[in-house]
Amino acid sequence: MIGHPALASDTAVLVVNGKACVVSAADPNKPLVFVLRDELGLRGTKVSCGHGQCGACAVLIDGVEARACTTALVDVLDHEVTTVEGLGESDIACSLRDAIDVEQASQCGYCLPGMVVAATALLARNSDPSEEAIADALAPHLCRCGTYGRVVRTVRRAAHAGAVRP
Amino acid sequence: MNGTPELLVDRWIAIDRDGGVRVLVGKVDLGTGIRTAFAQIVADELDVPPERITVVEGRTGITPDQGSTVGSQSLQSGAPPLRAAAATARAVLLRRAAQRLGVTVDRLDTRDGAVILIDGPHAAATSLSYGELVGDGFGCEVDALPALRAPSAYRWVGHSTPRVDLPAKAHGTFTYVQDVAVPGMLHVRIVRPPAVGAHCADVDAASIQRFAGTRIVHEGELLAVAGPEQWSTAEAARALAVQWTGGGLPDERDTFDRLRDAAGDPVVTRAGAAIEVLATDATCEADYRWPFQSHASLGPPCAVADVRKDGATIWCSSQGVYALRARLAAQLGFDDDAVRVVYVEGSGCFGDNGSDDAAAQAATISRSVGAPVRLQWSAAEQLGWDPKGPAMCSELRGVVREGRIVAWEHDVWTPPHLHLRGAGARALGGAVAGDRNAAVDYDVPQRVVVHVAPHADLETSAFRSLGAAHNVFANESFVDELAHVAGADPLAFRLDHLSDARARDVLERAADLVAWRAGEHAWTYGALRCGLGIAFARYNGHGAYVAAVATCTIAEDGAVGVRELAIAHDCGLVVNPDGLRNQIEGNAIQATSRALLEEVRFDRERVTSTDWSAYPILRFPAAPAVRIAVIDRPDQPALGAGEPTTIVVAPAIANAVFAATGVRLRRVPFTKARFVDALALFAEGIRR
Repeated sequence: MIGHPALASDTAVLVVNGKACVVSAADPNKPLVFVLRDELGLRGTKVSCGHGQCGACAVLIDGVEARACTTALVDVLDHEVTTVEGLGESDIACSLRDAIDVEQASQCGYCLPGMVVAATALLARNSDPSEEAIADALAPHLCRCGTYGRVVRTVRRAAHAGAVRP
Repeated sequence: MNGTPELLVDRWIAIDRDGGVRVLVGKVDLGTGIRTAFAQIVADELDVPPERITVVEGRTGITPDQGSTVGSQSLQSGAPPLRAAAATARAVLLRRAAQRLGVTVDRLDTRDGAVILIDGPHAAATSLSYGELVGDGFGCEVDALPALRAPSAYRWVGHSTPRVDLPAKAHGTFTYVQDVAVPGMLHVRIVRPPAVGAHCADVDAASIQRFAGTRIVHEGELLAVAGPEQWSTAEAARALAVQWTGGGLPDERDTFDRLRDAAGDPVVTRAGAAIEVLATDATCEADYRWPFQSHASLGPPCAVADVRKDGATIWCSSQGVYALRARLAAQLGFDDDAVRVVYVEGSGCFGDNGSDDAAAQAATISRSVGAPVRLQWSAAEQLGWDPKGPAMCSELRGVVREGRIVAWEHDVWTPPHLHLRGAGARALGGAVAGDRNAAVDYDVPQRVVVHVAPHADLETSAFRSLGAAHNVFANESFVDELAHVAGADPLAFRLDHLSDARARDVLERAADLVAWRAGEHAWTYGALRCGLGIAFARYNGHGAYVAAVATCTIAEDGAVGVRELAIAHDCGLVVNPDGLRNQIEGNAIQATSRALLEEVRFDRERVTSTDWSAYPILRFPAAPAVRIAVIDRPDQPALGAGEPTTIVVAPAIANAVFAATGVRLRRVPFTKARFVDALALFAEGIRR
């Protein structure tokens, strides 16, 4: 934090979902997840374990999956944050949502936004992951309802849809 | 219940002028998809497309009191009154249309939210929408014996209607209880003691002065910090310097001995005739154990409370809003009607995971600070302090005569599977659901169940399937042991003792899924030993029938893996086939997690399994494939499917391990260490 130009005042500017957002800089070590939810109203990013063990708070930082619970505000000031709300209408995000609907890949759904974020990052770097690759990539994500099989099928389906998309 | 109001159609169904339908139900969607199933049922009985239906769940004063959402009862007992109300509503609308059109009802039918004339020259053009006919509502009671649609006329029930909540959940825009915010609310974090039952002797207020706007709340045994901003409030709660005295827990190693030695009046249930055991009979005895387990919801409990001078509103994810209202009204000194409890879906709870406690704490603190509050438990609090699924132990004894079981005794010790809050509530307690499925479904001449419900070391509550998970683990392991003694194939032995055709069906269908062949249940794959194990039960003695075949691997180090679970399931009429499969899959995977991994550990102070490394649950790579055979019986009542599959998974796995290795796992979870322990006992020829 010390000396960061963006923290010279009481506020900081964050780039979230492509927009510059002014947030409080009172505590530069505040976990990103609370900044997103409580200050910016982006509640799709879920609070769960607080230790980076479950994946419910997954976001993208410069396109790379990260944990919003163990990432401090100060760590993202020069970076672009994308939340589940900001995945928008990209091909991958649309394919994933369509596949979720076909596979009905949820029960309580609390883990789902984090999985959508993680699967988006996976498909961006590997357009045709095997079931094993999907399970490995999503291994840091917990689902208590037991929807793992459906989520793997969802990502496979989204990958196939991406392959045939014109 | 509030007496007669639930008999009024208007308490269940409301139609607006535009034809939108609000369905009011007392059962709540705990993430299972029941909301969609209710919409399907009303869609058929009322004849309205599901997309025009909004389901309102669990709001005191608005929705009917249908008791708590527990025990896989929502379709079984929750749906029939709703169906009757919808059928009555449709009949009323038909009569009103007949009057308006001056025709007899038998010339009318309904179609997609309108009454239509089915004959005569104007038939095609004559249509009255429900919105035109509804007026000020229905103003009548639900018919005691309404004319229900025939299953053959169903357009929505029996089909895989997509879940109504899923698009918002996938977009991250669904509102969970954790997302509720009200103007002017303060954030609250509880300060937990270092030991169970410890008392707060002194609090150093100066220790949190640096956290702007935070304040200490101390009400009875409840110590918390409230503040205007969530993170600084959480930081302050961590920083608060407190002197604690007393508290503690007994030695974890003696958990099962204490259960067995505790005073408690056994409840003995006998069925059949007393059998004299002959010298030539084979007898078998075995002990089985199940540990304390955590609900381990992904989203920890949360509640928002706004308590004012003359009343209170609490937003929470309670399984029973009316029961909670009574508790909160008593706690706050209000009449029931002055307290409004609003259900907002939380993360899947699988039983009483502390959500009601969070609601009660939020109410206490809101009154104390004079403002609305949002109380959020941390994951560590949930894993450490929510009431646990109780530890259980059983002793089984069986007698086999000429290849048939003639006597079966199941003695089970387990604390109540209900959260007993306060000394007064203990009077209710005792034998709550600990003996669920302790009685076997097999045709055995003499069956005895002895159930003792001692006090527990940890607070306990209901956890998915309650006592059935352990009792079926014990029974279905034991029947395998008896089959072994009798020299019989585990499937054939079970079928030899089952006359109920639906029971036989699920066993045979599950066996068919894996092409079960007698005597061929073990093989090797490289260094892995592999086996098939089977298990069957009828949930709670009168619920769904379910059978499972587990395909398991055992590595050289004793690590048990579950490759596949083949499940056959019969819950009568199937409302939403894919929703049912989702429930079966979820149960199978969660139950695999409970069987392989889950055990709440504690030291002499408190629970130590307070994060996902100390209380691991199954992750993606270890999840078994789940193959399912659903037996649909449209002519039979719908039975709940939220729990039944859970109960057959652990015994199917244990039986597969036995088939593969000859080692009998009688203690959950089936960790490497447990396998090694069991292997040592096996080598010594010890049966327990």
